[in-house]
Amino acid sequence: MSRLEIKKSDAVQKSVERMYEVLERRMIAGAIDSCPADFHLGFLKMCHAQTCGKCTTCRIGLRQLQNLLTDVLENRATVETLDLIRDTAKSIYESADCAIGYEAARMVYHGVTECYDDYVRYIENGGYVDATKISVPCVDACPADVDIPGYVALVGEGRYEDAVRLIRKDNPFPTTCAYVCEHPCERKCRRRIIDSPINIRGLKRAAVDYAAKTPAEKCAPSTGKKVAVIGGGPSGLSAAYYLSLMGHKVTVFEEKPKLGGMLRYGIPSYRFPREKLQEDIDVILSLGVEVRRNTKVGKDITIQALILQYDAVYIAIGAQVDKKMGIEGEDAKNVISAVDLLDKIGHDEFPDFTGENVVILGGGNVAMDCARSAVRLGAARTTIVYRRRQEDMPALPAEVESAIAEGVEIKSLMVPLRIEKDENGAVKALWAKPQMISRCDRKGRPSPKDSSKPEVAIPCDRVIVAIGQNIDYKHFESSGIEVKRGVIDALDDGMIRDKEGVFAGGDCVTGPATVIRAIEGGKVAAANIDSFLGFNHMISCDVEIPAGHVRNRIPCGRVSLVEREACERRCDFEGVELGMSEEEAAQEASRCLRCDYYGYGSLKGGRTTQW
Amino acid sequence: MVNATINGRAVSVPEGTTIMEAAAQVGITIPKLCYLKDINEIGACRVCAVEVEGIDQLVTSCNHEVEEGMVIHTSSPKARKARKTNVQLILSQHRMNCPICLRNGTCTLQEIAGNMGILSVPYPEECEKYNWDSSFPIIRDASKCIKCMRCVNICERVQTLGVWEVINTGYRTTIHVKDNQPIAESNCAACGQCVTHCPVGALTVRKDGNAVFEALDDPEITTVVQIAPAVRVAFCESLGLPQEAVTTGQLVAALKQIGFDYVFDTNFGADLTIMEEGSELLERLSHREKYQWPMFTSCCPGWVRFLRSEYPDMVGQLSTAKSPQQMFGAVAKTYFAEKIGVSPDKLCVVSIMPCSAKKYECSVSCMTADGSTPDVDFVMITREIMRFVKMAYIHVEDLPDLPFDNPLGSGTGAAVIFGASGGVMEAALRSAYFLLMGKNIEPEAFKEVRGLTDRRELEVDVAGNKLRCAVVSSLGEARKLIEDVRAGRCEYDFVEVMACPGGCAGGGGQPIKDGEERAAQRAAGLYRLDKGSALRYSHENPDVRTLYKEFLGSPMSHKAHELLHTDQSQWD
Repeated sequence: MSRLEIKKSDAVQKSVERMYEVLERRMIAGAIDSCPADFHLGFLKMCHAQTCGKCTTCRIGLRQLQNLLTDVLENRATVETLDLIRDTAKSIYESADCAIGYEAARMVYHGVTECYDDYVRYIENGGYVDATKISVPCVDACPADVDIPGYVALVGEGRYEDAVRLIRKDNPFPTTCAYVCEHPCERKCRRRIIDSPINIRGLKRAAVDYAAKTPAEKCAPSTGKKVAVIGGGPSGLSAAYYLSLMGHKVTVFEEKPKLGGMLRYGIPSYRFPREKLQEDIDVILSLGVEVRRNTKVGKDITIQALILQYDAVYIAIGAQVDKKMGIEGEDAKNVISAVDLLDKIGHDEFPDFTGENVVILGGGNVAMDCARSAVRLGAARTTIVYRRRQEDMPALPAEVESAIAEGVEIKSLMVPLRIEKDENGAVKALWAKPQMISRCDRKGRPSPKDSSKPEVAIPCDRVIVAIGQNIDYKHFESSGIEVKRGVIDALDDGMIRDKEGVFAGGDCVTGPATVIRAIEGGKVAAANIDSFLGFNHMISCDVEIPAGHVRNRIPCGRVSLVEREACERRCDFEGVELGMSEEEAAQEASRCLRCDYYGYGSLKGGRTTQW
Repeated sequence: MVNATINGRAVSVPEGTTIMEAAAQVGITIPKLCYLKDINEIGACRVCAVEVEGIDQLVTSCNHEVEEGMVIHTSSPKARKARKTNVQLILSQHRMNCPICLRNGTCTLQEIAGNMGILSVPYPEECEKYNWDSSFPIIRDASKCIKCMRCVNICERVQTLGVWEVINTGYRTTIHVKDNQPIAESNCAACGQCVTHCPVGALTVRKDGNAVFEALDDPEITTVVQIAPAVRVAFCESLGLPQEAVTTGQLVAALKQIGFDYVFDTNFGADLTIMEEGSELLERLSHREKYQWPMFTSCCPGWVRFLRSEYPDMVGQLSTAKSPQQMFGAVAKTYFAEKIGVSPDKLCVVSIMPCSAKKYECSVSCMTADGSTPDVDFVMITREIMRFVKMAYIHVEDLPDLPFDNPLGSGTGAAVIFGASGGVMEAALRSAYFLLMGKNIEPEAFKEVRGLTDRRELEVDVAGNKLRCAVVSSLGEARKLIEDVRAGRCEYDFVEVMACPGGCAGGGGQPIKDGEERAAQRAAGLYRLDKGSALRYSHENPDVRTLYKEFLGSPMSHKAHELLHTDQSQWD
């Protein structure tokens, strides 16, 4: 018998560990519409299986909580039972010995508290009547309700034009979203339970890459109604597209010389080539949308005039004004905002940063766009300064990785203090306070706090501020449109209180958000404007969707999109991302589990065929 | 065409054909439980799973298409084993009191378990418990529900009422009335389509047999029974006999043996309905501006319930004429009771109907001619009376033909077709023509209105009176028609609606044969009976004429109004 031995896990431990890994993925893909009480009970049961049984709190407490939750589920409970559940969970949390116990109890306590109304409803109705409303997780997660399993199946069959037509039923920006959508759909993808989510955006990219030119659908007969759309970004143009299809005459008022909004003046072309944006815009304009370029509402024409001249107005002005840091020296020469930089690039003006040390402040996707643009504009050294850790950045991890690959440095845990100027009033250095990561905030996100390390100077020639955007709402506010917390206060259906016929949506209502949220706003407004005008035009698509098949359940890797080599792509503004081959697209599409066809989808038809 | 091999046999089928359909084409049966063609193709029961070479898991044959080159084994050990396990799992949550179950002998689960040779279930029995309002015509026994979801989809997709919903998640997932309401408070039309499409005994129609037995056994009570048109072409199915093998006269003989004092015919009530409803239509047409259009038929209580819950503002457009069952009852409890000198409360009127909603209709509180007893005391559905026949060990096929009793036992061919979708319209038009022209038209002049569910439209021109008619069956088709009318897309004067697909022939009280829709063949039987009738016009029914002469006066008279008409908006 040796004194010590190398630790090895045995077959049983390995098996359990593997199950934990699968469980982790499964939980991410979990159905958020499942009955909370049933889910809390399941959670508790699993926690209980982890306990050693030493202490009263876990051994008996977690068991009795299960009994109480079962009483709820089996209609033996009253509202008082809920109080007992909460009190018991609280006691367990406060007195358990280790995390296995007190964390289980804490989650149940919060769960029951946060879902209290649902619990009460369960008790009153004698069951969970809101069950299984979500049939297809990706579609449910998509703000615009795009028929994802439908177009994925079409791509799998090489029917690319049909795929594009199907996407356009809910989203008139298929090409745009193929390049830049944040794809919330992928998060809940049920394929994650088997291996990893479908590369949905990649498949959309395949659809637009391989589709022949696909004209827009036919417009309904003219209704004689006129609608003004303020703002030619994704939200405004989405509304314009659907309203035109419904037979209304749409005029778009755009303050800039070209359409596209933030798609053109916010996203640099290496991420989204301009000619690709133009493809989507051309299809939208082909419906006869009238455009008044270089026309700013509030300067060239007033909203009141539009309300008088048109039957309905849709405000989609976006969030185009930069936010200031509010630190000393921000007025120095060579301090510019992300909005200004990206706007210039959008106008095809490329400032020269050759040889400069450039610092970017912020950790979102816009900060990444600025950093990667700075690299392309010749900066000798590009550094992102961010107050939390890299993993806390709101930017998509893939964006951060790409930036790093292109040579962008990340200085995390640094709070900007002031900008030091040289004798000419130009930027000399950014002074920052080193942070350390600390306690989590209420949402569970770790917060930074000042460390005892001394302030540091980061020498630089230029500072780009990318900490968010505001909305230029002055003109609208003064015209009686309500503004709340810096955004236009529209209702969930896009209407504005006490302003008949005026609707708003997109970034100017949600605050700076994603393209697909902006499209959602336009779609919702189009539907409700149509109703407001006294019509009920339905948007549908006659593409027939292939039946489901079962050859897709064997674990198989996800096809990832790759970018051009970093050393090459960092030198130009050409598109960086490469699409899938047709062969790859067919395989990736075949991984789709067709939740529209299997599971609950088959019971309820799996799709909304018209809206 | 797609080529594949099923159990070693080459098949070639059009693209889009499911494995199950392809197998059926070459005579291979795959067991199935939840599947209902076009209505419930959801692969929930996992009983139709088959093996496809090259695919690791089994494939449900009901919702997967045959693909080129597929090699399919419907009965391989792997498929048989999984299928058997699944049926055993279903059985473990299905209360197996088969001998005392209404569906004993017509239960698909019972049949499948038998065919699979399942003689034991290795899992503990775990049946759902639930309370149910047993006074409603539709009864749900949760302990037998196998969650096939057929009821959900038949109600949602065919009847567009969506009464049944899936509630709860995980193993508590079950079916209940939408929003967990009590069934009586829901918008259920009581049509019974969910019952006739339930593969097991989870959904049934309320049994009223015991009360009927009590009346039969009570020497102080005179019992009267009426037989609805659609029953006579369907009861044979419960005996496993073809339509032609047994006659209505033999059913009359069987009912006599059971002990009913008078066996009458709902056809009498149907002819009477035509006289009243036809006259009402002509009255409304002559004061067009006073009414909302179209006028709807009112024979079908499922349809009346539907209109009351879905379009309450249109209830006034229903003909005020009572249904044949209720007209019969009202006449029986007055005219007939008087004739035989029996007090109405000593007269028990029983109806044999193809319909579960009739159980509701007879219980509507204003359906009473004498003000205290209901005009129709009990409704028994076709399946229920056939249980009576079996209980008495009566061999209907060996009985002699007996005629209906007098005077409420006569009916014309126009009345018998009430049992098929389009029949009321056709009968009404035959008599309306006579009333306007003073002579009969050829009896089959309006046969275009015959059919199943699809909307049939007919424009007739009688003596300068243009009448735009339409006929639909199933509540989904009714809803479409109403929406078209409300949106101004269609205009009609007279519309016949029956709640069940195919009309009463496909009613919720008819014999059940899972996987078969028998409305069309039953309707064919009704049209055969019409063709063979000596009288084919309601206005020629001699006993109806006598009734008017002796008792009612004329159609739409004050007395007729009192006894034969109703205000559906007052129904409870």
